Amino acid sequence: MSSKPEPGYLLVVDDNKVNRILLARGLEGYGHKVETAENGKQALEKLRADSFDLVLLDIEMPEMNGYEVLETCLQDPELRNIPIIMTSSLDEIDSVVRCIELGAEDYLNKPVNPILLRARVNASLEKKRLRDEQRKLFRTFATPEVADELLRSGFTLGGKYVNASVMFADIRSYTSYSEKEDPAEIIDLLNNYFALMFDAISGHHGMVNQMLGDGLMAIFGAPIYREDHREQAVRAALEMLSLLEGFNQVQIMRNKTQVQIGIGIATGRMIAGYTGTLQRAIYTCVGDTVNLAARIQEHTKVVHHPLLLDHYTMEGLSTDIECSPLGPVVFKGKQQQINIFAVKLDSR
Amino acid sequence: MSVIDITIFNELKQMSGEDFINELIDAFLEDGPNMLRNMQVALDVKDVESFRRNAHSMKSNANTFGALELGVLAKELEYMARENNLNVGDRLENLNKAFSVAGEELKGMRA
Repeated sequence: MSSKPEPGYLLVVDDNKVNRILLARGLEGYGHKVETAENGKQALEKLRADSFDLVLLDIEMPEMNGYEVLETCLQDPELRNIPIIMTSSLDEIDSVVRCIELGAEDYLNKPVNPILLRARVNASLEKKRLRDEQRKLFRTFATPEVADELLRSGFTLGGKYVNASVMFADIRSYTSYSEKEDPAEIIDLLNNYFALMFDAISGHHGMVNQMLGDGLMAIFGAPIYREDHREQAVRAALEMLSLLEGFNQVQIMRNKTQVQIGIGIATGRMIAGYTGTLQRAIYTCVGDTVNLAARIQEHTKVVHHPLLLDHYTMEGLSTDIECSPLGPVVFKGKQQQINIFAVKLDSR
Repeated sequence: MSVIDITIFNELKQMSGEDFINELIDAFLEDGPNMLRNMQVALDVKDVESFRRNAHSMKSNANTFGALELGVLAKELEYMARENNLNVGDRLENLNKAFSVAGEELKGMRA
């Protein structure tokens, strides 16, 4: 932890004017920007109107006390990520314990010791920064819901059966008017391409869990279950194709390489969980359904249609998404025939 | 005889900064009489919760400035109210006196 951390934007909540002045002046002296509130209601108003890094919250207040403010914050998705340090007198230790159990970040005894004040505030700000970064990192691969769930509960490296939809998407072909491929241009293109695909997938509550070369795998309906995961997966795929169309038009105008993709989606029971080590883990799923989705994606090459589904995925769609049956297919390594459906692209 | 613990007071001054110690003392002098009045009213209407809260604030401020005796008196009243006991005898009167003495001394300690 650095000795001279970045200043934060702090809210001091205390009904007692002496405490407010003292904490505010002290913290300003350490370089922080400080706002004050005289009671719980005012605190919540300010917290909702502005984005604070940390709250110092008195327990004893008329009208709305510190517990109520703390509980309200922890239940509010917009506020629950702001760390709260409770301030209390020494003889309120039971109350402090209760607050920590509820989810307060830390506590400070009043009268406040300046050295402790500085240390606890800086430690909390530092922790918040780390958490914010972690959250940002998680969001690269997961939806905000999943990222929050992971941060809240931690995760265990263990699997369970889930019912979910799996999507495989791969670049079928690169079309370029120039003779020579420029490596820098290809990597640039892939980055732009993935950014668009990730947007479409996380916008439909999916989670990209693997990327390999120019291919990706995404899961819908896990780790957080959603009833409509089949429809979300297909709508994500339709949006991906539509975004790609726009992307290619821009590429044509800039005289750059365009790409065509194939997407396969299958739904069913699979084993899902975190694999790896505690330092580096991914949420992944394995099983026949996953293999099937990969095969269906391969099949897009054979039938020259960019979006194919299995029967079970098709059954979960609302009627405005039109599908046409392509008949049964026997995939390599599979005994059973699988009914494949092509999604009409103007369904979107 | 000083009623302000000078070590605590100096720590306070260090934390608030020299420039703000006057602002803090003023807040103490302004808010104290309100707290004492609120306690008297609470006593008259037997509002234990209000009495307890105001005694708590007085204790908090007293300890912040190092007015330790005032702090002890306020804490005693706070704890009585916690136990639902408002038979305070002459304790509120003593608290008033202790506040006046501490207040006078703090006035003289302004920067």
